[in-house]
Amino acid sequence: MGNYLFTQPFFKKNGKAIAIYFLVAIVFWFVFLVIIPQLYMLDLSFRSNVPPLARGGPQDYYTMEHYQHFVFGSKTSLDAFNFVDLGVFGRTILVSIMVTIANLLFCYPIAFYIAKIANPSTARLLIVSLIIPFWINELLRSFALRILFANEGVINNFLTGIGVIDQSILFITYDIGLYTGLVYAYILLMMFPLYNAIESLDINQIEAAKDLGSSSLRTHWRIVIPHAKPGIVSGCTMVFMLTVGALATPVVLSSPNTLWFPQLIYQWFNMNDNWSRGSAYSIILLIISVIFVLAMMRIFKVKIGEIIK
Amino acid sequence: MSADVELNNVSVTFGSFYAAKSVNVKINGGEFFSFLGPSGCGKTTLLRAISGFQDPSEGSVLIDNKDMSGIGPNKRPTSLIFQNLALFPLMSVSENIAFSLEVRGVSKGDRQKRADELLELIALEGQGEKKVHQLSGGQKQRVAIARALAVEPKVLLLDEPLSALDLKLRQRMRTELREIQKRVNITFIYITHDQGEALTMSDRIAVMNEGEIEQIGPCDEVYNNPLTPFVATFVGENNPLFGKVKEINQNKIKIETPDGDFVSTMNENKKLNIGDEAIAFVRPESLFMPRDGDSFDNLIDVNIESFEFEGNIKNFYATLKSGTKIKFSIPNAIDTSSISSGTKLQLGFESTKSSILPKAQLAID
Repeated sequence: MGNYLFTQPFFKKNGKAIAIYFLVAIVFWFVFLVIIPQLYMLDLSFRSNVPPLARGGPQDYYTMEHYQHFVFGSKTSLDAFNFVDLGVFGRTILVSIMVTIANLLFCYPIAFYIAKIANPSTARLLIVSLIIPFWINELLRSFALRILFANEGVINNFLTGIGVIDQSILFITYDIGLYTGLVYAYILLMMFPLYNAIESLDINQIEAAKDLGSSSLRTHWRIVIPHAKPGIVSGCTMVFMLTVGALATPVVLSSPNTLWFPQLIYQWFNMNDNWSRGSAYSIILLIISVIFVLAMMRIFKVKIGEIIK
Repeated sequence: MSADVELNNVSVTFGSFYAAKSVNVKINGGEFFSFLGPSGCGKTTLLRAISGFQDPSEGSVLIDNKDMSGIGPNKRPTSLIFQNLALFPLMSVSENIAFSLEVRGVSKGDRQKRADELLELIALEGQGEKKVHQLSGGQKQRVAIARALAVEPKVLLLDEPLSALDLKLRQRMRTELREIQKRVNITFIYITHDQGEALTMSDRIAVMNEGEIEQIGPCDEVYNNPLTPFVATFVGENNPLFGKVKEINQNKIKIETPDGDFVSTMNENKKLNIGDEAIAFVRPESLFMPRDGDSFDNLIDVNIESFEFEGNIKNFYATLKSGTKIKFSIPNAIDTSSISSGTKLQLGFESTKSSILPKAQLAID
């Protein structure tokens, strides 16, 4: 068996040691980091919530109750549906979509400028200034934004100081701080796929369109955006998935009376000690992310290979 | 509809570098005009100045007697064919061709009609639905031409569009381009470093060197009567023989070189005085082996070093008494079996087939 394996082209091409290393790394990643945790969570989400010691006992049975709870609420509730959780979920999805769109609208001109207009030294400077803030931890960046947006924060103090407003704007209460924080949190994941996609466009294509009489706007619509489509889809899916699953930013920046869906998951795991329900909620989030990716691929007519590229 | 293109004292500078320097040229409507020069001579810069992608630092570009300053490439009556063609890979052939109409708001039906007409012009009927990558190199070339012609430009600008093709296809495209130009009857301005391309297609050519035009004229005139040593050696091949002016009378000029004295007919532009340093140029195909009864204005002794067979001609490499190397070619139809390395020969050439020019930079340096 072993000898048969080592005569395979893969082993011949890479050499025995490297081939084994590749195999071990890939198998470890795929089995231990991808398949087992997900399957474990999927399994857990269909089981009753019992303390670890009761596992395998008579109280440990398969059930749909966690998913039912997400839709219909607790059995003692008088409401027909679980309006609170469904509301948090719906709002999280909606805001995440808006954040993704805002990110795209914000990043496209910058990415285009860096890729096609700026001279090389300016482009380098801009890329570095985009990256440097991300050397700081996400949590700390959120706190920094909180300081900016607080009722007695930098922005409010400045605006009252110069007399533009006489009362503080409630950035945090109205979640403006949260939205800004979410847009900023994953901006690089939009910027770089876009930049890479636009950068690979031959400048002659843009000039040819212009020479044929095309306005700037139309050149973007007909030439640049179609070319950058894989980058757009790739940036949008990454930003959406990370935003929908964000925890640190909402914890720090959301107003006291709003919840982000991952905060709900966190509560089930950590505060209510209900891992099964937390798992069920996580699976729901996963499914939504997959649906989003498939929808993006369908809308923009791109294949998965193009996105990953 | 064709238009005149006039460059008045056009200079383009990048920092302190002159990419084009005081260029003056008037290209006539309907003319096939080529800018010929080595890479980096500023010919592409001039083309970009005409198309509107590059503003001249000084001077002005006139198309149809209208000053083009401040008018962008999308508003000029010109179309540019890029070196790499820049066809739109995500669009079909028809969409590519009709793009200029699409941006002008022409209806879909009219666009399709025009695209079909142009597809016929370039002999690609019925292939409009294909994607660009499904076409061969020559077909892509023709689609680029059709796309540029769709707006009915008055001037078509071509930036070395044939350079990526193989030899046979390039030769065929030369003829095709020339035919298309005659059919659509608009001004073609062609940029190339390939003198063969320039000579075969153009009505007139401008030879450029280091941002300046060295000579403008019909192809045969530029080839036969180069005005500068650069033109003499860049357009076609030429043997330079260095020396000093010895005699000048009415229409003849004589130069004294270590390998003998040579006479050439004078042409009016040359400001040479007796004693000036000068170069006599004679082309490889203008050097003949005298047969009985032949008489030549100039004779030269050579010592054959080597030769190569090129098909239609044979090239011989020889040294002169002074050690100067010289090349001459003889049609394959002539028997040269008696010549081999070490053979001593006397060659002749006519004064009308040689030029004597003031000493200056050569293209082969």
